[in-house]
Amino acid sequence: MKDHSHAHKCDHLISTISDYVDGSLSPQLCEELEKHLCECENCTVVVDTLRKTINLVQTCVEDDCLPGEVRARLFHTLNLDDFLKKDAGV
Amino acid sequence: MTEPEKQPISIEALKRGDRAEFARMVDAYSLHIYRLAMRMLSNPQEAEDVLQETFLKALRALPNFEGRSSLSTWLYRIAVNEALMMIRKRKPEVSLSATADNGEEDEDGEEMQIVDWGHMPESELLSTEARRNIDQAIEKLPETLKVVFLLRDVEGLSIEDTADSLGISQAAVKTRLLRARLRLRDELSTYYRERMVEK
Repeated sequence: MKDHSHAHKCDHLISTISDYVDGSLSPQLCEELEKHLCECENCTVVVDTLRKTINLVQTCVEDDCLPGEVRARLFHTLNLDDFLKKDAGV
Repeated sequence: MTEPEKQPISIEALKRGDRAEFARMVDAYSLHIYRLAMRMLSNPQEAEDVLQETFLKALRALPNFEGRSSLSTWLYRIAVNEALMMIRKRKPEVSLSATADNGEEDEDGEEMQIVDWGHMPESELLSTEARRNIDQAIEKLPETLKVVFLLRDVEGLSIEDTADSLGISQAAVKTRLLRARLRLRDELSTYYRERMVEK
């Protein structure tokens, strides 16, 4: 069971984990957080699953595509029908 | 949204009214704009309206485009504003301003989910049902958090460009991004915990 000061440390450091997973945390806070992670299993789970959450969303959206009929209507609306035959990919 | 890979879009050609270059710009950015609108609105017809309106407005505004922000940031800004106008028609109270607080309540005191689901196999993490759950978790985010998450983590904008697209401070972007990510993580933790218990 965590003591009060340990739990306070978790609360304090949780606000830094977004910058941490982005790699934009200051070196000093990064060192403080990594030291804490070595001794706090719960915070390690939060960091790992936060990173995984972002990765999963990014994997899911890779399958998104622009439906052909939506592209066709867009080009028509913009008076670009004569450019429609070209592939959608750039 | 990254700049086109092969040849960068020429702002000068766009401003001259070069239709071929405009068509190239539409093809380079339309998927990104449509995806953003789809995930903000969860409605294909409204997303298509936002897509069309974004490029119509861009076409009209191009002669005055000063290039202070990148083309992609500028297009995102137009698209976000269009999508928010749609949302406001449904829910007039929605605002993205720095003082808007929907979804920004202090979450202190909320119990965080501590479930180590990160090591589950990809086949389970990304099953058809799990993907639907991820979509729903994004959909449930308050608008102010959702749009920041979409621009930063889905479209890959920098903190600075996200702030620029939304007209809010970088500090506000960081705060909202943290809250959005934590909420999503909690939603996913609840879902995957149940899957782990079922085993």
